[in-house]
Amino acid sequence: MTTGRETILGNIRKSLNRGPLSAERAAGPEHRLKAAKPNLVPARGAVEGAERVALFIAEAEKVDTTVSRVAAAAEVPGVVAAYLAAHDLPTALKAAPDPALADIPWSRQSTLAVRQGGPEGGDEVGVTGALAGIAETGTLMLVSGPHSPTTLNFLPDTHIAVLTTGAIDGTYEEAWARLRAAGSEGPEGAFMPRTVNLITGPSRTADIEQTLLLGAHGPRRLLIVIIDDQGP
Amino acid sequence: MESTSRTFEDNARKALIDADLRRALTKLGHGFPVKRRMAVERLPEFEGLRDAARAIKEDVLENLDFYLERFEERVVEQGGQVHWCVDAAEANQAVLAICQEAGARTVTKSKSMIGEEIAINEHLEANGITPVETDLGEYIIQLRGEPPSHIIAPAIHLSMDQVTETFRQCHDGLAADRELSEPRDLLEEARAILRQKFLAADVGITGANMLIAETGSVAVVTNEGNADLTMTLPRVHVVIASLEKVVPTLEDATTILRVLARSATGQETSVYTTFASGPRRPGDSDGPEEFHVVLLDNGRGAMLGGDFHDVLRCIRCGACLNHCPVYGTIGGHAYGWVYSGPIGAVLSPGLIGLEEAGHLPNASTLCGKCEEVCPMRIPLPKMLRHWRTRQFDRDLVPPASRAALKGWAFLAKRPALYRAATGLAMRLLGALGRRRGAFRRMPLAGGWTAARDLPAPEGATFMAQWSRRKGARP
Repeated sequence: MTTGRETILGNIRKSLNRGPLSAERAAGPEHRLKAAKPNLVPARGAVEGAERVALFIAEAEKVDTTVSRVAAAAEVPGVVAAYLAAHDLPTALKAAPDPALADIPWSRQSTLAVRQGGPEGGDEVGVTGALAGIAETGTLMLVSGPHSPTTLNFLPDTHIAVLTTGAIDGTYEEAWARLRAAGSEGPEGAFMPRTVNLITGPSRTADIEQTLLLGAHGPRRLLIVIIDDQGP
Repeated sequence: MESTSRTFEDNARKALIDADLRRALTKLGHGFPVKRRMAVERLPEFEGLRDAARAIKEDVLENLDFYLERFEERVVEQGGQVHWCVDAAEANQAVLAICQEAGARTVTKSKSMIGEEIAINEHLEANGITPVETDLGEYIIQLRGEPPSHIIAPAIHLSMDQVTETFRQCHDGLAADRELSEPRDLLEEARAILRQKFLAADVGITGANMLIAETGSVAVVTNEGNADLTMTLPRVHVVIASLEKVVPTLEDATTILRVLARSATGQETSVYTTFASGPRRPGDSDGPEEFHVVLLDNGRGAMLGGDFHDVLRCIRCGACLNHCPVYGTIGGHAYGWVYSGPIGAVLSPGLIGLEEAGHLPNASTLCGKCEEVCPMRIPLPKMLRHWRTRQFDRDLVPPASRAALKGWAFLAKRPALYRAATGLAMRLLGALGRRRGAFRRMPLAGGWTAARDLPAPEGATFMAQWSRRKGARP
């Protein structure tokens, strides 16, 4: 479409004193792409079980995320209702059209009004799932798809994410492996969803006199509810 | 933007007497560097991660054509397009064409240094399209018609009162006596106004922190979430990025992310790191219908393998600015163009010419702090010296400095003569200055003594004292 492409590639090759990579020379970078593997991984995330969950919670709390732990999905509505009441927030929830969220017995909390779907103007509280938690930095990994509209992670003032302990990985590399496995039925390299959001705490800015303020453009607050699915 | 680097000396002089700027820079000096140190101390592998990050980028630069072609293949497979642009004019044209094709009237933008480099906002405005910056700092300086003064904190030079004044002037239709006395008030006002802009925009333009060859993804990092709203809500997402942003895999991107935020703000990681791969897919209820990557060379390909090769590893974290005694004294605007601080002093002469930006490589004490904190281990002081050498070779140094340098070189190459001459000078200055201990003025060094006294030497050179003490030892 543009001659720019050939000019740019030509400039690069001229500077590197070579033509296009020969098949032999391309083998190295080709392999690097095909068999993506971890580089140096910090030891911090190399923890298992209860210790891993504890690390996830500690790191998330450091960046102003609220974390609640419950023993079963049935307890989620109660925790959510209590959180909303404590922060004096509306009780109308917009939940992502995710089957796992539909299985939560929301109706047990008569104060909550839960609808499933994508966000519309005026949704103040959004509820989403998450593909993974990453203990190393207290981070959520959310992926886009028919069950998980990306805008729901950003538009409502309050973001509530529901996560099981089994979905908490120690490191980013483990979470990537989980993502690769989740999309492995597609063609090679096509495991990647349209959008992957790594979210670590609520939105913030320090652009005015370096004063840290939460709620810049994204959610003002983030609640993660962790459901224990691994026993004590 | 039009460069004012030629008047660097004047710019710096003005910066030195700007009280608001002095306060802001003092705060900066106590903020980011301290937080960076704490983050680094918390991560024992930090030095190893710097080495790993550097190795990734070196592999990328060695095989840059290969990774870029692979990145493009993946983007196209996912229904996106890559536009290869040799220079700023081509990139501006490409972005404008996409916006016009989409019938765009307003465009939201998340902060992009490449956007500043090619001056995309001016180009869009000149063609009747309104760009709206959405990063809070960038939004404030857009209202004020100023360039960013820091890579990651564009409005770092402003006081809250200045922001209040700007909002009162620019935000029409709001009560004149509304409360705007706290940073929170200002943020709420900007949030409400920009939320409407996000929802109304036809096209969203973001930069890219990285391009992932393996997956054809664009990685964008923010704390505010503005890039996410910019890329998800409008019908068209345009990414503007330079060539060297490509990395091989998600794992490689992760390694670089581990050093990026820690070096920049001292955060463990930024709040939002997003990997965007192509347009909306079947079944998606949101996301853009079009996905374009405008890929800019602008002289970078020609830098490969040369004296400035290493600077292509830069990930724009701003650590070199935060730790630079010169930046910390004059701020970013004095540098006169898009990039400031040590990285700006190395990049600008290459991008806008040594004639235009020749002062910048000289505005450094070569203290080495920038290289010490650079997560990608870029030898910035060495490159500043490369520019100085080129300046001398190309006769761009003023005659007096040139003569002085030549004289010094003549002496420095003749040690006996050097010792004799400096010994004589020290004895002379020592004798003249003994009574008062310092000189207030010195012929040929008026620039230096204008703002400080020159301490009088004690009468013997370092070398003379050294040989005397060595001789005195058993």
